[in-house]
Amino acid sequence: MSEEENDTTSSGKSPVVFERVKEQFQDGVLDLSEEFDELSLVAHRDSVYEILEFLKNDAKLSYDFLVDVTAVDYSQMEDVLTKYDYARFMVVYHLYSYKTGDRLRVKAPVHEKELSVRTVTSLWKGAAWLEREVYDMFGITFENHPNLRRILMPDDFEGYPLCKDYPLRGRGERETFDFERQNA
Amino acid sequence: MGLENRSDDNIITTTVDKVINWGRKNSLWPMPFGTACCAIEMMATLASKYDLSRFGAEAIRFSPRQSDLLIVSGRISLKMMPVLKKIYDQMPEPKWVISMGACASCGGVFDTYTLIQGVDQFLPVDMYIPGCPPRPEDLIDAVMQIQRQIDSGELPKGTLSDANSASVTG
Repeated sequence: MSEEENDTTSSGKSPVVFERVKEQFQDGVLDLSEEFDELSLVAHRDSVYEILEFLKNDAKLSYDFLVDVTAVDYSQMEDVLTKYDYARFMVVYHLYSYKTGDRLRVKAPVHEKELSVRTVTSLWKGAAWLEREVYDMFGITFENHPNLRRILMPDDFEGYPLCKDYPLRGRGERETFDFERQNA
Repeated sequence: MGLENRSDDNIITTTVDKVINWGRKNSLWPMPFGTACCAIEMMATLASKYDLSRFGAEAIRFSPRQSDLLIVSGRISLKMMPVLKKIYDQMPEPKWVISMGACASCGGVFDTYTLIQGVDQFLPVDMYIPGCPPRPEDLIDAVMQIQRQIDSGELPKGTLSDANSASVTG
């Protein structure tokens, strides 16, 4: 990373990307933080798509590479839950800029009652499989996704195994595994 | 046998089954089913240092129809198990199965919702290899034990019935 050149973090000033995003999306940005030389941005669920679009298309920032899309189940972390209005999940986007070499983490809190985020496949085609994995593991749906179905687990699998309330040894899938049907 | 007394020293008599088993044991054609780090050890076993061809088992077949020894090396998930069973079913009899390593034999450390806790729930395993992963010597030992089984005329565990494969018996 080359934060010293682009983002003047060492002098105590806020990184350029934070300034830019803040002036563009006042209410859409919930939190900005920098820890261990890593920049994190928490965005409102409804404006995360616009923020990602801005980060990608802005000529100076140019976060043109989507490294990963994943999610975190915060249901057992009280401090995070209270901070973001008891949103159980966070969808996490990791961005990288080929132009500046900077990395950025964008997070969006998602409530259990409206468990969906707008897909970013229109910005990065490679997001399709990553979002499918998030859907497979957490049950978070992505609006307007071209092909949202399970990617790792079998199609008829029930439940979302990376949720914290999912038992590690499963809910009896191993015992009730219908081998003959699967093999047909 | 009486016949040998009347012939030269360079003629022996035996049974057809003994000859067939002798050929079988010295030309096992393994079907590798490598899904994890055990497969790396399996590759090392086949490479020049450990050289499984010393035991006649170097002709690795990636088609189950041409092989008679299935080596399950690695963890098998619920989604993968039907694939493995289909491959096993496609192998012509007589066929042997080696369950290589802790994951294939009992799930290993992966006591989780998605992993088969031992492929012997679905396949007739002839030889288990402990280890995580086992050393190449362990795999060689398993192959040699299978060879000993074949030589003694023992049937593989997966044999449907004695009548179906009478030629295997010694």
